[in-house]
Amino acid sequence: MLSAAEWAIIGLSLKISLVAILLTLPVAFALAWVLARGRFPGRMLLDALVHLPLVLPPVVIGWLLLIAFGQSGPIGQWLQSWFGVSVIFRWTGAAIAAAVMALPLMVRAIRLSIEAIDRRLEGAARTLGASPWHAFRTISLPLCLPGILAATILGFARSIGEFGATITFVSNIPGETRTLPLAIYSELQVPGSETAVTRLAIIAIILSIGALVASEWLARRHSGAEGTAHVL
Amino acid sequence: MSFDIDLTRQLGAQRVSARFATGPGLTALFGPSGAGKSSVLNMVAGLLRPERGHVVVAGQILFDGTIALPPEQRHAGYVFQDARLFPHRRVAQNLRYGERLTEEDRRWISFDRTVEFLGIGHLLDRWPRSLSGGEAQRVAIGRALLSAPRFLLMDEPLASLDRPRREEILTVIARVRDDLKLPILYVSHDRDEVERLADHVVPIG
Repeated sequence: MLSAAEWAIIGLSLKISLVAILLTLPVAFALAWVLARGRFPGRMLLDALVHLPLVLPPVVIGWLLLIAFGQSGPIGQWLQSWFGVSVIFRWTGAAIAAAVMALPLMVRAIRLSIEAIDRRLEGAARTLGASPWHAFRTISLPLCLPGILAATILGFARSIGEFGATITFVSNIPGETRTLPLAIYSELQVPGSETAVTRLAIIAIILSIGALVASEWLARRHSGAEGTAHVL
Repeated sequence: MSFDIDLTRQLGAQRVSARFATGPGLTALFGPSGAGKSSVLNMVAGLLRPERGHVVVAGQILFDGTIALPPEQRHAGYVFQDARLFPHRRVAQNLRYGERLTEEDRRWISFDRTVEFLGIGHLLDRWPRSLSGGEAQRVAIGRALLSAPRFLLMDEPLASLDRPRREEILTVIARVRDDLKLPILYVSHDRDEVERLADHVVPIG
């Protein structure tokens, strides 16, 4: 039904998005925790920095990534000298772009769920003999699981749709950085490609709805205690 | 001396302080709402740090100028006004939470005995949100007992219950006091409750 080229585009998009989410999830959780619970000077600044990808034009984020990860950029130089790798024009770079763009959405979703935890439950756990770490693992973490789940789905959807930062940062290379949105854009440049565009657009819709259905299913499996743990 | 306590702490505009030394049985902290009684319990439990003073329970120093044991090392069985059961764990898993964290040779009451003592055998598979106030409070007492506490802290455990339930939990608490012989620090603003339960009364506020 789908052509080999279309399967390749789907595979690349999924690979990039999954890697981006796995990369971002621990970072987003740590940031969300610090922003929800931490009281330190510079918290507002950190909050603003985390939200930058949400408010800046994606092209600007792509350009900033290019500066940071470029051959003479601070991170780019470091990666080159320590690992001998470059992420420019590579799918890994596309994953980084997707990760950065997904970060604020994920932090927001997780932070809301952390703020919704009744901290007195953690106190109760402590009086029952739990160390802070044990209370975190057995009380706080399970209680914000719906938020983590929502963040994962939101982040995944955002990553699958990432366009501006990706094309600016790692260009539009077939088989390497040409994800689904970039492929749709490329087809649109070719006259008489309506069918190809339609097919790719339908794939995008199916992927997004699939993610949503999967999240609802997961939320339901986890909803025993809460009754209604809707993700979105 | 069961409780030898001298605490001070500024909380916003309010100066919370308590000073008393009482013998075995149930000590009631009695005073109007908002007098800082719960804060005193939290300081005894280690959830709130006093500015100065000391907390000695049954001969063990929990807090003084140099020692400040974290809550998990104080072995306090804390029963909260709102039961405060873990919403993501069934009743049985709530009961076992503290038991699992207690070394076997420190345990002094078994799971089965606790369940029987409190009459909560039929609730074990339920989720906390499906419990009535009285049921939740009995489970909360069981959860505290199974953590092998050396003393109990009870923060208005009857306040959120209707009258028949109050009577029921009152009886349970009287039995805990008489049968288990644990020192209990009990917060209440209800004169009737205090008269019926307390061996010692400490006015606060």
